[in-house]
Amino acid sequence: MNELLGSYVPIAIFLGLSLFIGCALLLAPFLVAYRAPDQEKLSAYECGFNAFDDARMKFDIRFYLVAILFIIFDLEVAFLFPWAVSFNEIGWIGFWSMMSFLVVLTVGFIYEWKKGALEWQ
Amino acid sequence: MGLQAVFFYLFAFVAVASAFMVISARNPVHSVLFLILTFFNSAGLFLLTGAEFLAMILLVVYVGAVAVLFLFVVMMLDVDFTQLRSGVLEYAPIGALVGLILAAELIIVLGGATFAPEIAGSGAMAIPPLTERQNTQALGDVLYTDFIYFFQIAGLILLVAMIGAIVLTLRQRDNVKRQDIAAQVARGPANSIEVVKVKPGQGV
Amino acid sequence: MTAELLLQSIQLSMPEIILAVGAMALLMVGVFSGERSTSMVTGLAVGVLIIAGLWLLLVTGTGSAFGGAFLADPFAKFMKVLILIGSITAMVMSVGQAREERINRFEFPVLIVLATLGMMLMVSANSMIALYLALELQSLALYVVAAINRDSVRSTEAGLKYFVLGALSSGMLLYGASLIYGFTGHTGFQEIAAVLAADERSLGLVFGLVFVLAGLAFKISAVPFHMWTPDVYEGAPTAVTAFFAAAPKVAAMAMLTRIVIEAFEPITPDWQQIIVFVSIASMILGAFAAIGQRNIKRLMAYSSIGHMGYALVGLAAGTQAGVSGVALYMLIYMVMTLGTFACILAMRKKEEGNVEEIDDLAGLASTHPFMAMMLTILMFSLAGIPPLAGFFAKYFVFVAAIEAELYALAVIGVLASCVGAYYYLRIIKIMWFDEATESFVPASGELKLVYGIAGIFTLGYLFIGGPIGAAAQAAAASFF
Repeated sequence: MNELLGSYVPIAIFLGLSLFIGCALLLAPFLVAYRAPDQEKLSAYECGFNAFDDARMKFDIRFYLVAILFIIFDLEVAFLFPWAVSFNEIGWIGFWSMMSFLVVLTVGFIYEWKKGALEWQ
Repeated sequence: MGLQAVFFYLFAFVAVASAFMVISARNPVHSVLFLILTFFNSAGLFLLTGAEFLAMILLVVYVGAVAVLFLFVVMMLDVDFTQLRSGVLEYAPIGALVGLILAAELIIVLGGATFAPEIAGSGAMAIPPLTERQNTQALGDVLYTDFIYFFQIAGLILLVAMIGAIVLTLRQRDNVKRQDIAAQVARGPANSIEVVKVKPGQGV
Repeated sequence: MTAELLLQSIQLSMPEIILAVGAMALLMVGVFSGERSTSMVTGLAVGVLIIAGLWLLLVTGTGSAFGGAFLADPFAKFMKVLILIGSITAMVMSVGQAREERINRFEFPVLIVLATLGMMLMVSANSMIALYLALELQSLALYVVAAINRDSVRSTEAGLKYFVLGALSSGMLLYGASLIYGFTGHTGFQEIAAVLAADERSLGLVFGLVFVLAGLAFKISAVPFHMWTPDVYEGAPTAVTAFFAAAPKVAAMAMLTRIVIEAFEPITPDWQQIIVFVSIASMILGAFAAIGQRNIKRLMAYSSIGHMGYALVGLAAGTQAGVSGVALYMLIYMVMTLGTFACILAMRKKEEGNVEEIDDLAGLASTHPFMAMMLTILMFSLAGIPPLAGFFAKYFVFVAAIEAELYALAVIGVLASCVGAYYYLRIIKIMWFDEATESFVPASGELKLVYGIAGIFTLGYLFIGGPIGAAAQAAAASFF
């Protein structure tokens, strides 16, 4: 167990370091920067318009379709990792088990393709 | 053990705190970002228990795909969140009461009982020691052979999800011009130009 | 798992494999022959279901497969046959409405086949993981089917409600299953039962049991997890509602029976309390809430809640007689429901299309005497009036409850069915004694066939009940 966790020490150090640098960069201006705010400096830049309306709007559902289909194939790929890692141990049953899984999803993929779900019309 | 405990409390505390922020943040985009932080810390907790594969899958699937979809929805969708939240205070006491009862029940249960300690040995499938077999390999050893049944049903569920997503959202548009590469390449002067003799003064 | 074991497992689960492969083949047929292929795909889907059913009846043996996760026993066979009949009938009935409304898409039959596959796996599930996966396969297909008419606000609302509450109940079920795994160390039903028989049951395990039962009660729409039923029944296209009311209920009830009788047999008193409560609450709510309904689909929703309560009376007994009562009840309930929905689907007017108000049935006896006759028989049977099938269904579960000394439950059941009889009789009164309004267009052949068979079955149950009862008893015997 300790060996496993030991192999993650670089990541922990990396995260700690990036956290430190990020915080330092955020905090440093508060401590050292020269500040003399006035009304004009704090107001909106002259050429900018005030926003006409909210940034949110009715959105084409095709975006979600793409995202959902991505999640499904993402999960499919997640199943491939342990299969590849223990490929030598699981024999022919393991191999054909994955093939039939892939066939099921390929059927789905053909369906998507023929339906035009992958096209951006 | 000391360092492990430090990291456990760090991950656990940040996970709970950011989970709380998910439901209390004013801006829904911040909620999703806190959700991502929760996922990260849960992945850290998985890692501490030795479940390396689950930790990575949590990052790949939940942070990489699901949270992105959530962000997509909350950033783009035309929903007035201030209006949505207007009723929250009214129902807050009831919600808090239900939550408290549930929490109390869980504390009673977990305080009065312990998980069966012999699980690791007597369970359906013993966990091999890490020195012999890595986490991902141990999963792979059983998932495709002993648990082939569950694995194939999972495939079918993904298929249903695919069909469902398309049935419910895909719309065929009639007036779009699609690219048809074969037709475009096959097009030549013979079938695209027409030479017409025009008599003077009559027009086409 | 060795190759021989795998081959044996595949042989045992052949009907399910036929459905899975058939569904994928149908999907390909549909997508390659375009949107107009719906009727062909529907026909082929019925063929696939029939082949699976024949294989199940004639070829498949009994035994456990896939390392004990999948169980093929007489009970599973009985329930699977019911499920297949329910799905085939619902699909045949959908043809007419599919043409009129906008559900004529080839995915519809494919999703029904996949949902049926999920239900058959539920019935055979013999471990918590198998149960959850099968349930998800079925539910996911049903969520989509509920919202299949995506241009109708009511249909999408029904789909959304069903999805959100269904996901919640699946979550509860999963949480309960994880607690049970935590406190017993096993996911297989037999192993769980062995641990429970050996050790003192812990409080945490009871929590797991409660969560699992809550999740399952949602799926059979028993009180207090029934709230989605009326809205979904009303919102979904009627053909879909007919499907929802029949096969998924049978599957969920079979699954509930298997899990409490097999896995939790050593802690019978614990689950018995819960089932008794749920049963009483469902019967009473089903009887009283249906009285004020004007929409016949909502009425059928409350009626189905009540009927699930009656079926649970048999389960609460926990005996062989009780389980065979449940099996018989589900069979008769399914026939009555499908027949009634065939009548509801036949309620079509020339201009308005399908109508759903109870008052639209006024004077049906003078305009469509055969349909009125059949609907009257079905209503009497739903109310439980002898000598129709519905009476025998109730009789056997109540007898089982009395034998198990659950007297209060049986008495409340009888009283609730008296109250419930009121609204069934009201429909009969409207059909026979009210003034006729605009008459319905003649029903299509397949609907006539369905309600005709259902009516004759319920009427003639007295004569054909013997072998059916024997089959139900044989099914129940697989547990004891």
